[in-house]
Parts: sequence; structure tokens; C-alpha cells
Amino acid sequence: MTSLLAVEGLSAGYGDTVILHGVDIEAERGELAVIIGPNGAGKSTLIKAIFGIVATHGGRVRFDGADITGAAPERLVAMGMAYVPQERNVFPTLTVAENLEMGAFSVRGRLAPLIEAQYALFPELGRRRRQLVGEMSGGQRQMVALARALMTKPKLLLLDEPTAGLSPKVMAEVFGHIQAINRTGIGVLMVEQNARLALEIADRGYVLAAGRNRFSGTGADLLGNRQMAEAFLGG
Amino acid sequence: MDLINLYLIPGVVLGCIYALGAVGLSLIYGVLRFGHFAHGDVMTFGAYVTLSAVALLGLSPFAALPIAMLVTALLAILIDRLFYRPFRDRPTIVVVIASFGVALMLRSLVEIFWGADDRSYETGIRRPVTYFDTLVIAPRHVAIIIAAVALVTVLHVFLTRTRLGKAMRAVSDQPSLARVCGIDLDTVSLWAWVFGGALAAAAGVFLATDTQLNPNMGWNLLLPLFAAAILGGIGKPYGAIVGGLVIGLAEELSSFPLFSERPLVPPDYKTGVAFAIMVVMLLWRPQGLFRGRVFE
Amino acid sequence: MSALFGYGEYAVSLLTIGGIYAVMALGLNLQWGYGGLFNAGVSGFFAVGAYASAILTAPPMPGHFVGFGLPVIVGIASAMVLSAAVGWFVGRICLGLQSDYLAMATIGIAEILRLIIDNEIWLTNGSRGIVAIPRPFEDLPGVWRDLAYLGLVAAVVAALYLALERLARSPWGRVMRAIRDNEAAAAAFGKDVASFRLQAFVLGSMAMGLSGALTAHAFKFIGPDATLPLITTFLVWVMLIAGGSANNRGAILGPIIIWTLWSATELLTGTLPPEWQIRGSYLRVFLIGLLLQVVLQRFPRGLLPERPPRPPEAEAPQTERA
Repeated sequence: MTSLLAVEGLSAGYGDTVILHGVDIEAERGELAVIIGPNGAGKSTLIKAIFGIVATHGGRVRFDGADITGAAPERLVAMGMAYVPQERNVFPTLTVAENLEMGAFSVRGRLAPLIEAQYALFPELGRRRRQLVGEMSGGQRQMVALARALMTKPKLLLLDEPTAGLSPKVMAEVFGHIQAINRTGIGVLMVEQNARLALEIADRGYVLAAGRNRFSGTGADLLGNRQMAEAFLGG
Repeated sequence: MDLINLYLIPGVVLGCIYALGAVGLSLIYGVLRFGHFAHGDVMTFGAYVTLSAVALLGLSPFAALPIAMLVTALLAILIDRLFYRPFRDRPTIVVVIASFGVALMLRSLVEIFWGADDRSYETGIRRPVTYFDTLVIAPRHVAIIIAAVALVTVLHVFLTRTRLGKAMRAVSDQPSLARVCGIDLDTVSLWAWVFGGALAAAAGVFLATDTQLNPNMGWNLLLPLFAAAILGGIGKPYGAIVGGLVIGLAEELSSFPLFSERPLVPPDYKTGVAFAIMVVMLLWRPQGLFRGRVFE
Repeated sequence: MSALFGYGEYAVSLLTIGGIYAVMALGLNLQWGYGGLFNAGVSGFFAVGAYASAILTAPPMPGHFVGFGLPVIVGIASAMVLSAAVGWFVGRICLGLQSDYLAMATIGIAEILRLIIDNEIWLTNGSRGIVAIPRPFEDLPGVWRDLAYLGLVAAVVAALYLALERLARSPWGRVMRAIRDNEAAAAAFGKDVASFRLQAFVLGSMAMGLSGALTAHAFKFIGPDATLPLITTFLVWVMLIAGGSANNRGAILGPIIIWTLWSATELLTGTLPPEWQIRGSYLRVFLIGLLLQVVLQRFPRGLLPERPPRPPEAEAPQTERA
């Protein structure tokens, strides 16, 4: 069975600067895969390159069997990918409900069932559906960002540091939501700064450093890996 | 009572005109990220199209307004396609320069087809009407205020109840995320021009109804329009409406003899009021009065 | 200019006014090509210089603060100083603004200046303007009168061009280029970016004031319509863009070419029947606007064939090679 997502030898960067030097990643259907590594390792760049926002210089990205290297975001959304950026990932002057509607902009048909599904997954959002997202707390905004991405019923969710800037309690909540989403069968590929916590919930993990693969394995394997723990988890 | 009749009401009327023009400026800025320096001359164009409709079809200016709004909206789309779109990937300053050129071109077209003299929709002296023995207001002022409120309501419905309207607010709010959601910038910008052009036409017609028609009428308003848009926070349509009202009232009230017999600001320098407000805003709080409770 | 007969005299007039526009364009080039500043109020600085020189050099006008009968050279020098001062004042306040806002602010400045000129009659004589402004070489016979003035303008253009070229190669010029190419890096090196930009703006304003003074003396008259129609500002911009921004040679040739076109079309419309003449003059404005669009879209580096092609960000000020 082909993987849901297969990245082979991907090189990418901004302008003349190359950040990724031939990176390989794989994610199976319904898996929760995590990418960790030090700052500047290229983790965000990898996600952006997969989603077609950053130019690729070489290598290939396959999604659901099809070659999508460099494909435009609109096409990827249609094929079942969704992306939550690290910053600017909600519309602050729009309400919760409107944010969700925008998430489903490309979707034909009735939005109400989709929106209700999000409220079922995130009851707190349901209670605040008319609130301006800009007025909400960091954790609540992150939930809106996730719910917005889920509106297109994706097969794979790309997340760029979903817990950045959140307090530990809220972080745990967000991770809980991500797991819940994953349990419904949606694959998750997540970049995280919080290596330890991320690996604890991951099926599979990749460690990137200086734009290259360093380690990979299941979440448990990587957590148990002494060498890696010292280098990247701070002991 | 003089305060209300001679200053407040004209201030509100002028404010409505400024609001309609500034809203268009803000919509265009929000979606396309540049200051549209031809917007005043788009207003002028709308006013003159109405003049022809009035002359050819025998309608009143308000009855001819829908025609003018439609034609001006189409003009706006055409201008964008011909003169602004080619610069989508170039630095903003290039499209700003292009819009200067378009402003001059529109003005000269008006001068070619309608002449440079002052014109009017109707002749004769128009008398104001007295209500309740104290309120003296001209019927045309009432009409302008009512029509402006109606138009703003339509815009509000568009922005809050339709998918495209919400998408326009989304693009204005967070363009990169809008793209991620699959929102098509071309469609949204088309509707920004439609509304921008149509509302500018209305503003032009109301201005011409209140005063006169003149090829420079729109360009002369550009300064107050920008001041209003900046005051409300450029890119925020509701802010622009408030900004327009504030600037309009400020301009009219500046002639009020507050402290002595003489006006606060010499009437000849009335147009400087908007400029002064704009400079103060740009230096003190360029993001506008209504920053809103957003985190960026 | 008074009625001109013969191509020779016409050519002299063309070159004189073209040269004055070149002075303006060189000043604008400093602000835009080197400083990256979009000044949409050129006509305001022009007017400051024109009126300064006129007020100081014209014969006394009773009831007005006009007419000190001072020598022309004093008038011109004062024009430059005053317009530089206005430029400094405006620049201090507005230069930090981004381009859309700076454009609006400079338009506003020009508008305020227009209001002052129209309304402060004690100073400017309002719409009636200032007359009998002295003109250098006006006592020379026949054609020498105009030729001499052309010589003056040409000398000014040449001097300005040489000065600007020297400036471009100097340490000052290098810092300006560094700021243009990478502002953050230049600031990190301790260069006071705002101060350099202000200097470029002030020098440019000075040149615009100078061109205003030259115009006042050339026509022996100034009034609000002569100094402040929007078309002045617009024409200078078209000239600079057509000539190739950031290019001092283009800032001289562009004005001459565009002014020739502008004048030639005026001659053409003069041959039309009277009821079409006015329309003709508006059509010229329309065509100039259209020319600008064509140049912006098709000839982003200007109409003049130039050095090897550069990347398309030529609209943002570009580097001047030594």
C-alpha cells in the first residue's frame, strides 16, 4: 500500500538560499507523524515546501500516489491536504463561524453539517461561534485554526508548531485535540518545538538538523534513543 | 439652532459623501494593498455619467444613480484590467504611479466629453424646508443621508451575509491564509472594484447634488477621502465610514465661530482641516483609531 | 512665452523650458532614484522657489509684501534656500511614512501651499500674480535675449548634472546606494538612514525651487495657475520615468523629449478649428497619461536605450554604475 505522503530527496529554500538538502519523509494513512529538531533545521520550510508555498529545487513529493511537487495550494486542498501555518493562522476580524466558513470556501454544498461537526469536536468553539477570533486566547485561536483546516475533510493535516507560545496547560489541551482528530482517521504531520511531548503522542518521528534527516523511528524508539535525547531533547 | 442647521447637518451630509468614497478606498486597499489615487476621478466620472442620464433620459439624479453605479463599476473593472493588473507582482509604488496616470486620464476624458465649466443637475434655486419650526434642512440633504444609509446597509449585508463578502474581509485580514483556504484573489478583487466603483459613483452624485459638477471635483476630494480612510484604519471599511463622518463634521464645524465672532478656521482653509487630521494620524497612530482587539 | 515665429526661436524656447524641467527632474531623481521617496507634491516646491525669487526681485508693489527689487542672483539663491528649508521641514515630518502615505502627504503639502498662494493676497497677490519680474539678459537685442537665457539654463543643468554625478561617486553616494539596496544592513552598520534620506530630499527640493525661480524669471510673471497645476508634477514624473529613473542622463533627456512632444502637440491642436482646440488640449493630457501607462508596462527601464538589461525591479531605485 502506498504511503499517504512520501517526500523523496526534497531540496527547497527561499530565493538563492537552500534550506533543505534532500530530505526524506513518509507518513501512512491515519498516522500521527512528528518532525522535530533544533531551530533553523528547516522544519517549517519542509511543511511549506510540501504545501507548495516555498519553491522546491529538487526531489519529489507524492500524495496519495500522485506527484504533487510544487503544486499550488488550491490543488492540494482539493486533493485532501490541509495546512495550518504557525503564524497568521486565523482571521482575527472574523467570527469563529466565519473563520470556519472561509475554511470551506472551496467546498460545494451545504456547510452547516461541516460546521456542526467542528463544534462537536470543539465544544468551546460552539459556545463562542459569534465571537471575534481576535479577542480569543491563544489556545482558543489555535482550536479555531485547527477547526478551520478540518472543514475540507482532509486526509492529511499539516501543522506548523501548533503549540507555539502556549502555556503548558493549554499545550496539553491542544495536543489532546490533535490526538482526537487523528483518532477519527485523519493523518497528521506535525512540526513541533516541544520534542518530548510531541514524540509521546507520535506514531512516527523524524529528526531534522541543518536541513537534513538525522534520525527517524517510532515515537517510542526516538524517546528511548539516548544519543538523540542528549543532542535534541536536552537530556 | 444655527449650530445644527448650518454646521452639523451639512457636516453629516459631507460626512456621508466622504464615507462612501473612503469605503471604496479602504476596500480596494484591503484587497489589493495600494492607495488608489484615481478614486476621486472615478467619483467625478460617476457624477458626469449621471449628468448625461439626467439629460438624455429625463430622470432625476437619484433615479439615474443605479445606472451610474453600474457603469462606474464596469469602468473600475476595466481600469484594473488595463492599468493595474499588469503590476501585481511589482513593487506597490508602480501601481500607485499608474493610478496617478489613470486619475489624469479620467479627468481629461470628462473634460473632453462634458467640458470644463461648472455644471448642475438642475437649475433654479432650491429652498430648504423647515421641520418642527426649528430644523431647517434641504430636501436634497435628506435624500443624500437616506440614500447613503441605504447603500451602507447593502454593503454591510454583502460583507457579513455573503460568501464573497466574507472572503473579501478575509483577504483584507490575512491574505496568506486566504490563499491557503483556496480563496481566489481575482474574484475577490473584482468585487472590490465593483463596490468601490459603485460607491464612488454614488458619492460623486451626492456631491454634485449638494454642490455642483466640475472636472476637478473628485480630485479635490482625494485628500479628505484618504484622511477618512486613514482615520478609520486603512483597509477597514467600517472604520472608513466613521472616518468619513468625522472628517466631514470636522470640516464644517471648523467654520463655526466657537470662541469669537470669527470662524475657528478661515473658510478658505477649510480643506486644510482634513490634511491636518491626516498628518496627525499618520504621525501619531497610522493604524487608525479602530485598531480593534486583534493581536497583529 | 510671447508669440514665437520661426523654428529657431521655437527651438530655443523648447530647449529653455525643457532645460528647466530637467532641473526639476534631476531634483526628483535625487529624491526618487537615490532616496526611493515618492514626492507627489513637486509643484509645491517649484512654487516656493518661484514666489520666493519673484517676491524678492520684482519692483515694489504697494500694499503687498512684494517687490524688493533685489538682484536676480539673490532671488535665485533665496529660492533655493527657502525650498530647501521647506523640504527639510516636510521631510522631517513625513519621510518615515510608507510610499502611499508619503504620496498623500506631499499632495497635501502642495495643496496647502496652493491655498496660501491663493489666499494670502498681501504676500502673493493671489490669482493676479506677480508681474514685471526682472529677466537676466532682457536688455540684449533680438534673438540674443532668448539665447542668453537658454545659455543660463543650460549652464545650470550642466552644473547640476556634474554635481550629481560627483555626488553619486562620492562616499555619500555609496551610502545612499547601500541604503537603497539593503536598508537593514546599512542601518546595522551605523548609517543614519533617516538622515541620509532627508539629505536627498532636501537637495531635491532645492533643485525644484531653483527651477521655479528660473521659470519666474523666464516668463517675467508668476501666478497660481502658472505654478501649481497638477500637470506640472505629473509631467515631471512622466519625464523621469520615461527617461529611466535613477539615471541622471535620462533625467535630462526625458524632459527635453517629453516637453518637445508636449509642445509639438500643442502646435497641432492650435491648427484645429476653435471649437476643437479646447478638446484638443485635454486630449493631450489624456495621451500623456496613456504614454505613462505604456512606459510603465512596456519600458520599465525608460524609453532611452541604456546599459545592459537589469532585473525588473528597476522601478525601485536602481544602482548607478560608476
